Amino acid sequence: MKNKLSLIILFIFLIFCFIIFYKGLNNSNIYTPKTSGEKNIPIFKAKDFNSNILIDSEKIFKKNDYYIVNIWASWCVPCRNEHPLLMELSKIKSVKLIGLNYKDNSNNAKNFISELGNPYSQILIDKDGILAVEFGAYGVPETFIIGKNKKIIKKFLGPINQKIFDEIKLIIK
Amino acid sequence: MLANQIGYYSLILGLLVSFLVCGVSIKDFNNKNKSVNQNVLILSLLQLNFVIVSFLSLIISFVNSDFSNETVFNNSHTTKPLFYKISGTWGNHEGSLLLWLLVLTLFIFLFLIKSKNQPKKYRILTLLFQQIIIIGFFLFVLMTSNPFNYLFPVPNEGLGLNPILQDPALAIHPPILYLGYVGTSIIFSSSLAAVTQNYVSKDWGQHIKKWVLVSWTFLTVGIMLGSIWAYYELGWGGFWFWDPVENVSLMPWLTLTALLHCIIVLDKRTALSSWVVILSITTFTLSMCGTFLVRSGILNSVHTFANDPTRGIFILVFLFILIFLSLGIFFLFHKENNKNLNSFFWLSRETSILVNNWFMMYFLSVVLIGTVYPIFLDVLSAEKISVGPPFYQKLIVPFLVPFLLFMALGPKLKWIKSKIEKKISLLVFFIISVVLTLIILKNININLPFYTTLISAAFFLFFMTLKDLFVQKYNNNSQAIAHFGFSLFILAILFNSILSSEIITNIKIGEKYKYNKSEIFFEKIVEKKESNYNSIVGYFKITDENGKITLLNPELRVYNQPIIITSEADIKTSLLDDKFLVMNLVKGDEYFNIRYQIKPFMIWIWISVLLFSFGGLISIFKK
Repeated sequence: MKNKLSLIILFIFLIFCFIIFYKGLNNSNIYTPKTSGEKNIPIFKAKDFNSNILIDSEKIFKKNDYYIVNIWASWCVPCRNEHPLLMELSKIKSVKLIGLNYKDNSNNAKNFISELGNPYSQILIDKDGILAVEFGAYGVPETFIIGKNKKIIKKFLGPINQKIFDEIKLIIK
Repeated sequence: MLANQIGYYSLILGLLVSFLVCGVSIKDFNNKNKSVNQNVLILSLLQLNFVIVSFLSLIISFVNSDFSNETVFNNSHTTKPLFYKISGTWGNHEGSLLLWLLVLTLFIFLFLIKSKNQPKKYRILTLLFQQIIIIGFFLFVLMTSNPFNYLFPVPNEGLGLNPILQDPALAIHPPILYLGYVGTSIIFSSSLAAVTQNYVSKDWGQHIKKWVLVSWTFLTVGIMLGSIWAYYELGWGGFWFWDPVENVSLMPWLTLTALLHCIIVLDKRTALSSWVVILSITTFTLSMCGTFLVRSGILNSVHTFANDPTRGIFILVFLFILIFLSLGIFFLFHKENNKNLNSFFWLSRETSILVNNWFMMYFLSVVLIGTVYPIFLDVLSAEKISVGPPFYQKLIVPFLVPFLLFMALGPKLKWIKSKIEKKISLLVFFIISVVLTLIILKNININLPFYTTLISAAFFLFFMTLKDLFVQKYNNNSQAIAHFGFSLFILAILFNSILSSEIITNIKIGEKYKYNKSEIFFEKIVEKKESNYNSIVGYFKITDENGKITLLNPELRVYNQPIIITSEADIKTSLLDDKFLVMNLVKGDEYFNIRYQIKPFMIWIWISVLLFSFGGLISIFKK
């Protein structure tokens, strides 16, 4: 009797496996990570680029303001290309640019800024690239628009071009 | 053209012979003759030949770059070196299934020749079960994956072989792996036959042991070759990724290893007989299951050639037919042999083998769950996850400590009731291992109790088996070598993972990068042209803290067909460590991103795997 019961259970289990595999066959196995709609900005502490003092993220991002977080590095060539457009963006009063200096050498970064100008109201150091990951970045450069509700409302992979520039302007208007 | 036709019709003839073999052998089954009808043997040979002809004609199509054949068109190119044209034959879905068939038919033929002293009915039944599998695969090849599809108009050029598959280790990896993987089919068929004939006995154990050992040895070497390929070709610096496809080859390996140990008990006495049968069935079922997971495209991996649900459904249905068939037979025919169970003593070798089996089953369930759980979750909740190395490491590594200790002590317990003799020598070895571990860990500044226990256990096994090899007149050499190899394997992996170091940086040509007294100098790049790719070779000079200079030349290859850029690591291997350098282009920049790794005792991982497969090999030829 006991033997029969275990046989039945085994049988049902196998049928279950069969159904799962059968269904699984028709599912696509290509995995695309969800692009998060509106994600909260991470809470973190980071060193300031100029003063080297630890700053709380709560103190950087305030409600009812637009922010643009731009991830950059002196070794990243596309960053160099997008820089003039960032300078343009910095002229807009209603938005603040926050730079995230990604896996960089501080001397090189300083040279980069002094050579091309500083569009950022504040630069944070992300020496080991952890902050960038917390923001959900894939690489450099990347730009995040943070809305008045302190949420990431839009992200752009790769360097900013004229088209993206216009789009950003439209968002923060 | 012609080869194409011959190959196709040979396959059909092979299938027809299958039915003929079944017919003749069923007729022969109740015949009073003592030996199997000679015709059965001839027909099996004929079937094997048809498959060989079919396989050879596919190879010829590949060598001649006959693009009227769809498989050749999809997977080859005229500029490819001859060696990779040939290996391309089994580097794709259709060809690899033909290889499956080849191994299936080869093994049943060898089985018929080698089993002349076995009971006739048992031999015929084994043949019949094997033919069921063979017919299933013939139908699968002909209906869903015909390697001889004809293309018209004939294309001028093929699409090429994926460059990461153009590697010597990978060229021989599939045939060797298949000899082990598909070889388990014989164990499956013969165990079913033995159950129906109530022949699960000492004699059967002795006879099937050779087949288990052959499969196990080939499977071990096959998995190792795949791992070597991953290490050299994928440029990641690791050798095992817990990729689903690696897992599906590991799962039958685990059950086969358990079976290998169980058979030894069956060989000496008939305890554990149902366990042996269950393991035989499970091993082949897992091989089939692996084929299903890989070939259906249900999992995403480097081995998934085609994502074609019809193929998946075919193997799935076939797989479950085999599972139900074997379970039905097991429950209907199997009679538990209770005679010897009472003499089981807790300190016997049988117990230690049972313990080995529990561990194997535990490792198996970890790997199995890690592999199929994402599929279940996806279907049941539409959530996609992937299970990574930390899962396996956390669940497997802690259990290695008792496993290693049992491995060292188990074979020492005499056959049934044994007193623990020579307790002093055991204790001495144990103390030596612990002290040695403490000294080593102190020197490399690692102070984790967990590592201490694990490494001590591995050293303990190491010394115990070393003693068996050299000191004692120990007559079980194969076992001592295999266990010694395993201790070496664990030690190599442990020290490799503890002592590895890595430098990642961006560097320009002519630049030097300095880090703790060592220096990496990027001298120059040189362009090189080969028939199937162009490459940029980087010249690096690395000076370590002792002033020793190593020259490393990693490559960036641009393959022409299909156009794929691959990054070839340069690896300098020595007995102590591997120096591993890989470079990548930073997009649109003069900088190169380089990754330099020092991986200690890398070569010992391969050597130790070879050692334990060598243990298996000796056992095959031992009387």
